[in-house]
Amino acid sequence: MSMTETAALPPRPFIRSRALRRFLGHKLAMLGLAMVLVLTAACFIGPHLLPYDELYIDLRARFAPPGTGTHIFGTDPLGRDLAARLFHAGQVSMAIGFAVMVIATCIGAVVGVVSGYYGGRVAAVMMRVVDAFLSFPSVFLMLVLAAFIKPGPVMIALIISATSWMEVARIVEAEVKSLRDRDFVQAARMLGLSGRWIMFRELLPNAIGPIIVAATLTVARAILLEAYISFLGYGIQPPLPSWGNMLNGAQQYLQSAPWLALVPGIAITMAVTGFNFIGDGLRDAFDSRTDLK
Amino acid sequence: MLRYVLGRFWQSLVLLLIVSFIGFTVLSLAPGGPLSQFALSPGMTQEQLDKIATQMGLNRPLPVQYFDWLSHLVTGDWGRSYRDGQPVLTIIGQHLFATLILMGTSTVLAVSLGTTIGIVSALRRRSVFDYTMTVFAMIALSIPTFWFGLVAIYFFSLKLGWFPAGNMFTVGDGSLLDYVRHLVLPAMVLALVDVAVWSRYMRTATLNVVNQDFIRTARAKGLSRTRILFRHIVGNALVPMVTLAGLQLPALLGGALVTETVFTWPGMGRLFLDSLGYSDYPVVMGLLMTSAILVLIGNLAADLIVAAIDPRIRLE
Repeated sequence: MSMTETAALPPRPFIRSRALRRFLGHKLAMLGLAMVLVLTAACFIGPHLLPYDELYIDLRARFAPPGTGTHIFGTDPLGRDLAARLFHAGQVSMAIGFAVMVIATCIGAVVGVVSGYYGGRVAAVMMRVVDAFLSFPSVFLMLVLAAFIKPGPVMIALIISATSWMEVARIVEAEVKSLRDRDFVQAARMLGLSGRWIMFRELLPNAIGPIIVAATLTVARAILLEAYISFLGYGIQPPLPSWGNMLNGAQQYLQSAPWLALVPGIAITMAVTGFNFIGDGLRDAFDSRTDLK
Repeated sequence: MLRYVLGRFWQSLVLLLIVSFIGFTVLSLAPGGPLSQFALSPGMTQEQLDKIATQMGLNRPLPVQYFDWLSHLVTGDWGRSYRDGQPVLTIIGQHLFATLILMGTSTVLAVSLGTTIGIVSALRRRSVFDYTMTVFAMIALSIPTFWFGLVAIYFFSLKLGWFPAGNMFTVGDGSLLDYVRHLVLPAMVLALVDVAVWSRYMRTATLNVVNQDFIRTARAKGLSRTRILFRHIVGNALVPMVTLAGLQLPALLGGALVTETVFTWPGMGRLFLDSLGYSDYPVVMGLLMTSAILVLIGNLAADLIVAAIDPRIRLE
């Protein structure tokens, strides 16, 4: 190999994965990542820096507006520090978001890959069930489940998962259907590999891009849904705080203590926006057509 | 065409059957069960509870109960509320109108605003407007509807005093203007998410149409820009939007539920929450079925409209 030939090759990029490079160059995704990292850091490190814990009641400082003494976000009607509650609630809400992501993505991936691979009757029945679940407004279904099963955080995560797996199932089904007749699957079949092997070792890894995108968007959705049902009083129960149940009593104090509503709402919006931005960036990064645009 | 209509109709019925089965199973298997409310009354003995269970047919096997309930459902007997003994259909009928008004107004708002933003974004692709609207849409999709409602109440009714903070009308004031003033805030809040969704989809749909051959043909024929825009581009881009309107219905109903709660709007969402709090099983089940029926009718109507205006669909 001569020197000139080596010089003619394009320089090898520092990061070799094109998808990762595209993702790192996506401004909104980076902004989202920064928002999520800041929030996560605040929720997990913040409580150790504050002089109060989330249950400490300071009766002399009830309804203190933000910036009063060491109460950076003010206090609630009982005199509890809002910042301490917000950070602790963030741990709960984000933990639920991630739990739902894992559970819903697993259910959705299994349903999607099975109905996509086998097709025919099985797929028809499974996809009709998906359609049926999609015909309920998910908030209705979740509230019914949450109202009758007196829920703890684990149960809430399961209930939200039960109404969040359908999107992933649809995406995986469509993806697997398009991969099913490709040569590598034919080859695997001719080698006599079992259906289970083909589905989980050949097809699913090839559909990983859309699955990661859907999983990221599921975190955003789960945080939002937790906020909805906790706001309505059927989600995470006090004294355990969550971003949703912090807003539960906020409406009656809207006139006198608007920060009770504003602070947790901004935290929810930031977290959900962050995950949505990341999901959008991932979608563009995995889409090979992005380069051509 | 008739075959297509009938086929879609049967599919919807099957779907409704699955929906009713899921709903019934969830409610029946829930701990406590329909009797929990009766068990709360003072001096209630197990003997009396058993009697009520027998009267209501709750001691029969679940499949029998399901088919019994289903056959009554079909004949229009949806049971009676545990709370005040009124027929479920009557109660739902009283609350349906308020919800439909709210949903209708917000949809009109969202569609007109969303499609306009989408078309402009597509025609001025990669402009400042396009980028701003993209970011705006993603943030709008991330704001919890109920929280946006609280913020809107704080600014527009508590601080500025422009609109009332809740309810559907002022008692004693029956004027149309009064209704409209009460409708503005909840409809705006409910429309926010939909504006975002509609603008995104309309942008994509417009871009898909703009690059097609018949637009080039129309230009080559020397048609005016406005005629191409409105007749050829917008006309074709709106077709997939009809399907979207159907698909958006469950989200819209869910949004209406929380919006009604924040604005004390007397619709199905409020009724649903009140009935849940009271474990009023027949009403809860009736509302689940009503929402599913609304969604399926919406989807069916959307599919039929698309088939009617787009001959390509019918031939498939």
